Amino acid sequence: MPSLPDMNTPEVAELARMQGAHAHPPVPAPDAGEQALFECLLRIGDSTLVLGHRVSEWCGHSPALEEDIALANVALDLIGQTQNWLALAAEVEGQDRSADDLAYLRDAWDFRNLLLVERPNGDFGHTLMRQFLFDAWHHEFLKGAAASTDPRVAEIAAKAAKEVAYHLERTSDLIVRLGDGTAESHRRMAAAVEALWSYTGEMFLADAKDAEIAARGILPDPASLREPWLATVGAVFAEATLALPDSAFAHKGGKQGIHTEHLGYILAEMQFLQRAYPGASW
Amino acid sequence: MYAQVVKSEGSKTRDEMTPEELAFQDRIDRGEKIEPKEWMPEGYRKTLIRQIGQHAHSEIVGQLPEGNWITRAPTLERKAILLAKVQDEAGHGLYLYSAAETLGVSRDELMELLHAGKMKYSSIFNYPTLTWADMGAVGWLVDGAAIMNQVPLQRTSYGPYSRAMIRICKEESFHQRQGYAIMMKMAQGTPAQKRMAQDALNRLWYPSLMMFGPSDKDSVHSAQSMAWKIKMNTNDELRQKFVDQTVPQAEYLGLTVPDPDLKWNEEKGGYDFSEPDWSEFYDVLAGNGPCNKDRLGARVKAWEDGAWFRDALVVHAEKAAARRAVAAE
Amino acid sequence: MSKEWPLWEVFIRGQHGLNHRHVGSLHAPDAEMAILNARDVYTRRNEGVSIWVVPSAQITASSPSEKGPLFEPSNSKVYRHPTFFDIPDEVGHM
Repeated sequence: MPSLPDMNTPEVAELARMQGAHAHPPVPAPDAGEQALFECLLRIGDSTLVLGHRVSEWCGHSPALEEDIALANVALDLIGQTQNWLALAAEVEGQDRSADDLAYLRDAWDFRNLLLVERPNGDFGHTLMRQFLFDAWHHEFLKGAAASTDPRVAEIAAKAAKEVAYHLERTSDLIVRLGDGTAESHRRMAAAVEALWSYTGEMFLADAKDAEIAARGILPDPASLREPWLATVGAVFAEATLALPDSAFAHKGGKQGIHTEHLGYILAEMQFLQRAYPGASW
Repeated sequence: MYAQVVKSEGSKTRDEMTPEELAFQDRIDRGEKIEPKEWMPEGYRKTLIRQIGQHAHSEIVGQLPEGNWITRAPTLERKAILLAKVQDEAGHGLYLYSAAETLGVSRDELMELLHAGKMKYSSIFNYPTLTWADMGAVGWLVDGAAIMNQVPLQRTSYGPYSRAMIRICKEESFHQRQGYAIMMKMAQGTPAQKRMAQDALNRLWYPSLMMFGPSDKDSVHSAQSMAWKIKMNTNDELRQKFVDQTVPQAEYLGLTVPDPDLKWNEEKGGYDFSEPDWSEFYDVLAGNGPCNKDRLGARVKAWEDGAWFRDALVVHAEKAAARRAVAAE
Repeated sequence: MSKEWPLWEVFIRGQHGLNHRHVGSLHAPDAEMAILNARDVYTRRNEGVSIWVVPSAQITASSPSEKGPLFEPSNSKVYRHPTFFDIPDEVGHM
């Protein structure tokens, strides 16, 4: 079922941001130049956070022990990357917030993750397809970010790139096996492509903030990642006997804070303790 | 323990043993390890399958009560630590199933037996984890109790089991400590956190004592398993050791062990303490614990929902092998 | 019950190790996946740099009843061990 409107409505995003600002005590505004960087760091940090959360939902419920362990490794990598990205975002913001503050004390409209990563797990094939589509993008993104003009970004990206190269190796392999497995597995994987494809386009859409950060050589230009991504996905799909959809329609809004209905539930669960016991230390 | 009431086969006096059985017992008495292909009494093999299988099942069912809180962990670091810990449990289950498989049973067979309710797992995992403090208490008490049993089992007579225990003990060293670290944070935290910590101890104390199983002073099964060195201590010995170790840790936290009769006995050099309610223990074993149906249901669902995935990978592997064979011709 | 993934034996050579050592077993549909699974299962703590996998069914083990004939002959060839030879301290390390 399609969720909340995925259209990009800047006014709503702006309203949401102003509303959110009231929740925090007045603090000095970050300098204008860093606002775009802060946003772009949230886009990657929130994406790894939400995907890590989704993947961790499988712990103890996977089809085989080996898969349970492998998926937990992926989730652990993503959570570790989140700590790095959000810590840097907090530093750039300069408002004395920590990575945990950003993860646990923002509402959905302040989250900047891709819509793809908040999609529900579905069956195991659906989860693997979501992971693969993300990994193929993530890998290209990190390769670009590892060459960042900002050494802090380059360092985080270089470490993450090694982890994600393995994620991609594993999901590529599984997509091929399941696409070219039984009739049932093929059907499930094709259904996953169908369900998720329209959430991939957002990864390559740039707004003014992306453009500014790309122009400064800090993060890669999103549009530049489409071609290599498509090459990876196309090659894997061909081997997996899965058809590449020709639809170019893209849901968008996650990077600007307009999410699907799912994110609210993820945060309600994730943030419960921090919200129920404000100020406690864990 | 993770293997609580394991029925042991055999129980023969030396006079009743065949020459093969005598030679086998002598090897064990000399401290030799028994390896998979070597001759062993059928009772030894069956008892080990039951015990290692129960232990393995406990590890994977044991993922669930803690897995319950991964998505609600209060900080990114706590989330990562908890996830790593629950992942280790899957690994430990895997090592133990592999050890059982050397005895001529397959992992899938053991899984089917678990799902059919024909094999058990530790009673402790049929209790719910209701607050975050339970993540602390499970690590501190449940892993603490498990380690008490697993450390001596590193010296068990069956080689693959012994090696699995060595690996598990090495990896588990952080589990109990992370649990206690959570408890310290809670006990030193806000009044609500402290209340949560005490509540967790109240609920999990007696179920933890039950983990060692009922008193086995007069149990024939225990005697045989101890002679075979697949059980290294009596249940009562381990329970006493656990209480003696845990009470001072609770005191350090400023928490009260929920046992009004708990007191130090100078003469025996250990604490006197109240027995858990054994009728509750047998109810839980019979399937009537607070979470039995949820736990087993979750495992069965994971298994059944994953069947298409496991099957597809087998079919793909066969296809790929056939293609390679054609290419090689 | 559908067909079970076969069992594999996993051997890992660590950072400072010369030899691959047996670390345990796992299930996987084929060798390639066994390698991936071994990486996830047996190198969670950074243990390895090189992984071998072998189908468990392909392992042939020495029979324990042959323990005497297989291993005892080498007991008498003590000259294979460096400590057999007395080298005067003055010669230095050898």
